[in-house]
Amino acid sequence: MQQIRRAWQLYALFAIPLLIIILFRYLPMYGAQIAFRDYRVAKGILASPWVGGKHFLKFFRSNAFGRVVGNTFGISLYALIASIPFPIILALCVNSTRRKGFRKTLQMVTYAPYFISTVVMAGIILQLLAPRTGLITQAIVGITGETNLNIMADSSVFKSVYVWSEVWQKTGFNSIIYIAILSSVDPSLHEAAVVDGASLLQRIRHIDFPALIPTAVILLILNCGQILNIGFEKVLLLQNSLNLQSSEIISTYVYKIGLASSALNFSYPSAIGLFSSAVGLVMIALVNWVASRLGEESLW
Amino acid sequence: MVTTLSRKDRLFTAFNAFVGICILVLVAYPLIFILSASFSNPSEVAAGHVRLWPVKPSLMGYRAVFEHQNVMKGFMNSGIYLVLGTLCSVTATLFAAYPLSRKDFPGRKFFTFLFTFTMIFSGGIIPTYLVVRSFGLVDTRAAMILPTMVGVWNVIVARTYFSTTIPGDLLDASRIDGASDFLFFFKIVLPLSGPIVAVLGLFYAVEYWNSFFNALLYLNEPDLFPLQLVLRNILLSSEIQQNELIMNVEEIAMRQGLHDLLKYALIVVSSVPVLAIYPFVQKHFVKGVMVGSLKG
Repeated sequence: MQQIRRAWQLYALFAIPLLIIILFRYLPMYGAQIAFRDYRVAKGILASPWVGGKHFLKFFRSNAFGRVVGNTFGISLYALIASIPFPIILALCVNSTRRKGFRKTLQMVTYAPYFISTVVMAGIILQLLAPRTGLITQAIVGITGETNLNIMADSSVFKSVYVWSEVWQKTGFNSIIYIAILSSVDPSLHEAAVVDGASLLQRIRHIDFPALIPTAVILLILNCGQILNIGFEKVLLLQNSLNLQSSEIISTYVYKIGLASSALNFSYPSAIGLFSSAVGLVMIALVNWVASRLGEESLW
Repeated sequence: MVTTLSRKDRLFTAFNAFVGICILVLVAYPLIFILSASFSNPSEVAAGHVRLWPVKPSLMGYRAVFEHQNVMKGFMNSGIYLVLGTLCSVTATLFAAYPLSRKDFPGRKFFTFLFTFTMIFSGGIIPTYLVVRSFGLVDTRAAMILPTMVGVWNVIVARTYFSTTIPGDLLDASRIDGASDFLFFFKIVLPLSGPIVAVLGLFYAVEYWNSFFNALLYLNEPDLFPLQLVLRNILLSSEIQQNELIMNVEEIAMRQGLHDLLKYALIVVSSVPVLAIYPFVQKHFVKGVMVGSLKG
């Protein structure tokens, strides 16, 4: 108690950020109980009737369930897997480049797309893939001779468009951490390997590459926890009525029925959102448990 | 370590350089293309004649951007959100991070958990919207700042910085001299925190400039729209409304081209503020990513 009183100045500093977190993070968690009620704005949260799992069941039984959950997992897993190797390759490439100037240029240029906003990124994608005039559309038409190619209207390639533009934008940024790890690898390991007659490639395979694995695992765990809440903004921006079949994900669906529609229905979309958050929590716990059982790095 | 390369190693070095150049071209080409397209003639853009360099250079796209009322208003609004938001966020983040870095802060473990838990679980979009609305923040500038003011990840970055760079002896010494926690934080810790303030400032500034989510959810009033929301309305509108009966083919192509040109110029203009400062802060930026990835 005395300790707490002595630290009052620390608490004073801490009060503002704590208040923000409580008001805008924990209060919504409390408010998420409207997922179990028939929420009426006029009545308020506690006076709205309790209906248990009604909204959850409605979602599980709806036509949208399979499609929306499937798309969410599909896009996330695709992105997760596609985004693992490239930052590692880039980092190894940068680390093995001896010319300092080229090394700097390579880093500078590959980091740059990270700073492009999601809206602009979506704009770039739509411009490059525009029917007739888009750069990529023209290139594909030039090769295959296909006429009337409209890539964004083709729901079968939506996931690829999303994922590979993501790889283009984030690879440089994601390589930063790997590059830093490589530069901190004990040089005596390399010296010893050179004495033993190891080639450059062998040194990369047996010294540099293994040094990156623990971090790659941690990042994988972290990303698995985020698996259900990725990409709301970008998916929403790239969506159109023609690719909706494969582009509607949980968060965009929640947004549409909850906030973008005129019917004031908050309980049903809240239930879907809560379901998604809960699955995310289970996922991160599961992956972390598996990783720690395997003797690899763990988060806690 | 200068060694003469064996034949195998020379081969590998060449291969490595080739991979590097491929990556460089893949990343840089779309950026160069957009820049070139934005400086080209509208009908050449519409015809898809731009490949690498501007064709029949013109500044028509940029003129269209700067004559666009909403775009200019968006720039102003985004500027306001960036300056105010970054100030509030950096301050709040430092205030959260410093106590959490102190081993003698009662409740340190609990508060750390309270903060990090929000990274893996959230109440969802709808309940958050209802909270923001119940505070009367919808259609106010505060809605662009308050809900996302404290980035938990940044708090962890700053906390790690404090606990690794501020020596414990320093605290003990100033305590003996009778310094309070306030005095120690403001007179000793903050002056030593230049690098972390730069990193946080950069992270938050980029976030505020690029932020779109808060505006989409909480703003309906066009006068408050940040640049990103204005951009969405222009960049994602597919075709211009055209009365094809009146216009001839050439005019339609010109109109379509101008619309595309406006988009390319907008992409460039809106990204320039961030991309222009980035080379100067790259070192801090890389450092920030590294500090954040330290475990513990």
